[in-house]
Amino acid sequence: MVTISSNLLYTAFILYLIATVFFAGSIKDKNRTKKGPNRWAAIGLWISIIGFAAQLGYFITRWIAAGHAPVSNLFEFTTFFGMSLVGAFIVIYLIYKTPILGVFTLPVAVLMIAYASMFPREVSPLIPALQSDWLHIHVTTAAVGQAILAVSFAAGLIYLVKSVDQTKQSKQRFWLEAVMFGLVCTLGFIIISSSFSASGYKAEFNWIDKNGQEDVLEYHLPALTGPHEGQLITEGKLEPLAEMPAIINAKKLNTVIWSLASGVILYLALRLILRKRIGAALQPLAKNINLDLVDEIAYRSVLIGFPVFTLGALIFAMIWAQIAWTRFWGWDPKEVWALITFLFYAAYLHLRLSKGWHGEKSAWLAVIGFIIIMFNLVAVNLVIAGLHSYAGS
Amino acid sequence: MKEVKCDCGHVNPIGTILCESCGKVLEEKEKDKKLLDMRYEGSARRSQTYNKTIIDKIWNFFSSVKVGVWLIVITLIASAVGTILPQEMYIPPIMPAEEYYEDQYGWIGKLYYDLGFHNLYSSWWYLILIASIGISLVICSLDRVVPLYRALKKQKVSRHESYLQRQRVFGASQPEDTDKAFTMAKEKLKSKKYSIREENGNILAEKGRFSRWGPYVNHVGLIIFLIGGMLRFVPGMYVDKILWIREGETKVIPETNGEYYLKNDGFILEMYDKEKDKEVFGEAIDKAGMVAKNYQSNVTLYKKQGDTVAGEEADLKKVKDYEIKVNKPLKFENFALYQVDYKLNELNKMSFALTNKKTGEEYGDLTVDLNHPQDEYDLGNGYKAEVVSYFPDFEFDENGEPVTKSRIPNNPAFVFKMFTPDKPDGEISFVAIRQTIEPFGDNEYKMAFKGIDTKNVSALTVRKDLTLWIIALGGVIFMIGVAQGSYWNHRRVWLRRVNGEVWVAGHTNKNWHGLKREIETALDGTGIMMPEDQLQNQSEKKG
Repeated sequence: MVTISSNLLYTAFILYLIATVFFAGSIKDKNRTKKGPNRWAAIGLWISIIGFAAQLGYFITRWIAAGHAPVSNLFEFTTFFGMSLVGAFIVIYLIYKTPILGVFTLPVAVLMIAYASMFPREVSPLIPALQSDWLHIHVTTAAVGQAILAVSFAAGLIYLVKSVDQTKQSKQRFWLEAVMFGLVCTLGFIIISSSFSASGYKAEFNWIDKNGQEDVLEYHLPALTGPHEGQLITEGKLEPLAEMPAIINAKKLNTVIWSLASGVILYLALRLILRKRIGAALQPLAKNINLDLVDEIAYRSVLIGFPVFTLGALIFAMIWAQIAWTRFWGWDPKEVWALITFLFYAAYLHLRLSKGWHGEKSAWLAVIGFIIIMFNLVAVNLVIAGLHSYAGS
Repeated sequence: MKEVKCDCGHVNPIGTILCESCGKVLEEKEKDKKLLDMRYEGSARRSQTYNKTIIDKIWNFFSSVKVGVWLIVITLIASAVGTILPQEMYIPPIMPAEEYYEDQYGWIGKLYYDLGFHNLYSSWWYLILIASIGISLVICSLDRVVPLYRALKKQKVSRHESYLQRQRVFGASQPEDTDKAFTMAKEKLKSKKYSIREENGNILAEKGRFSRWGPYVNHVGLIIFLIGGMLRFVPGMYVDKILWIREGETKVIPETNGEYYLKNDGFILEMYDKEKDKEVFGEAIDKAGMVAKNYQSNVTLYKKQGDTVAGEEADLKKVKDYEIKVNKPLKFENFALYQVDYKLNELNKMSFALTNKKTGEEYGDLTVDLNHPQDEYDLGNGYKAEVVSYFPDFEFDENGEPVTKSRIPNNPAFVFKMFTPDKPDGEISFVAIRQTIEPFGDNEYKMAFKGIDTKNVSALTVRKDLTLWIIALGGVIFMIGVAQGSYWNHRRVWLRRVNGEVWVAGHTNKNWHGLKREIETALDGTGIMMPEDQLQNQSEKKG
């Protein structure tokens, strides 16, 4: 069952990639006689739907195998997020019929699923705190809400790719490229982690933690930053270039450095091939799109996603917290970051409704909103750690 | 109060920008604009009209969305700062917070502590921020909802030409048969669930007006939620106690006025087992080592019968047996008991034998209940042991004197006085785990350690929260409001005959794409031309 399940996930992953190509092709297609999406886009949509169905198959079979909804650790949650993003894209595509949304949303979903696979993938049993129906009610609703909000990020990005002037130096041009670089770094992290894990790289260190305890740490990437008083015990592996004090998590820092480095190399390679900024290279894709329409798609996704997110990540969360943790609110970092996300999108809506922040400003806000969501997903689980940190291991 | 009379005869409150009835522009500075600012229907808002007294100024300050957004953004940033390091309530109780932050995080930790960020969410300034958001919610809503309600209530079907012309979606055309076109359009709009009003042959089709109230409904929900949060500080509304209860022990449940008692019938800790549990978990269990499966306290709840005088044994009546697990609290009246912690194998009893050191002969066993030790233990035949002192959690203080750290028997120690027929004055012996001290020279007898008996202890949180239903009510109202405002749109389509032409104008509070699509289908085949999106045209000309 588990094998079937992971095969279905691979299938979905590949299909999303193919669908992206078709959506991109639909924009390049010159023989656009009539208005509306063409044949390429229709095929792209069908492939996305089949991919989504495959991933739904992964989800259901894994649920059956584990006996609980597969949303209980970082791998499962992030894949589910990716699936919801594709689902949200399909729904919004059916309303607005804009192939370019596929070109931006599907790669984000693909990145997401690939990123998820960097975490332990075993089916794990539920600890007592998670044994509740609220697990799937709360987690899935929250993820779906975030995914719909992420569509507004994709739409915002399209808006910026089209509207930011690539010929003049400006803050906008810089930050748009920075967002692109961030996406490339994620890709870099995935490539570097999966190639070293495919080659079975493992280096163990004896080290002293900040409480003076001796411990063993296992690296899966060559150690650039070694742990405090670390001693390499696996033979023939790279000796660390620098040793970190005990207060810094050397292993995580090492991963960050590797991701950034591979991101830089990848980015420079892309620049060499494209001979222009990524933002500029993407611009032709957005040529035929109406800015107002993209703006509206972004706004609409926030409007649809915000209530769902509030319901899942705050209201259902509070109900479950009252049952499992005795109080509905406890200022746990994950709770606080859900509140921050809520406040951010509340500010977005107020700015839009009353201060007339449409268009480009609104698009930037959509991008920042997504960064907050990603921060909550990645940093809060892996760095800040709190009651939700079981999701990180 | 002065009022503004429009040409159409309608009397508007002072400060009105667009006539409530016909929509004509009343405010001078609005007259040159190409498109009307349709927010709040151009109604007279208190905050835009008065600015003299101090009350006006406070009102205007809090009614501003700009201020509201700033409050939200500042709260957002402050909340984020509070997650950089763990809050005081989440740090382990190994040392005082003052030392902990510096010890663990260096100078950053010290700064964090000194700035009071370790207790950020209950700091006075954070609470002021939340309170300001609450005030802003009330004032913002009142400032807008009343005039908006008036304007939408008073609107008439035939709007002023200048009003129609300056709507974002507007068009004029000449269909062949105006009457027929109107009838067709009316039917189609009706089938799209618009409610139609007619007046002098003009049409106003409107739907989803109630979505305009969404923001105000959700603000009411938020205010109720915040009030619920405040009520927690009212005495008697909220209880947060922890009850440590040993297996076999019966204890009164705190904060129940001695009404309820709980007996712990046993604590159970289960771990996942590769052999017994699902095979798919095998890999994960191997990796993690141990994975907890269940924390459970089997308890019996009792209620006290009648009144008891202090010191008298209470007459208890069993209410029910229950298995308290994580996610499965025991509920009674307004209380809930939660499984939150446990301690395995706490020392409970220790047994000794009074023994002759030379011969090894024993003169009887005694068992000390470590939570309720007796003063003396009579072993018969003239042998007895007296407990002179008892240190449940023993250590030597800086003067080398034995003291106890707590009342929990983590490391029990005794001073026994042993009486035997040949030593009628007794011999003193200090007995701790793996340690015997004979302070007055060599004894002939000793208390030989025989064994221990342990018990598990459950920690249960005793919770009463009478604010929950208010919080829940606020949450429900908020969700209804948010859904109402997000998933429905207020759309209006005006059809007006002007000098043989048909003027069409449309307005929606959001989702223009949807409105335009609906107008397109409604006008399809009527001969009336699809109106244009003037804003889009503007921006396309510019771009």
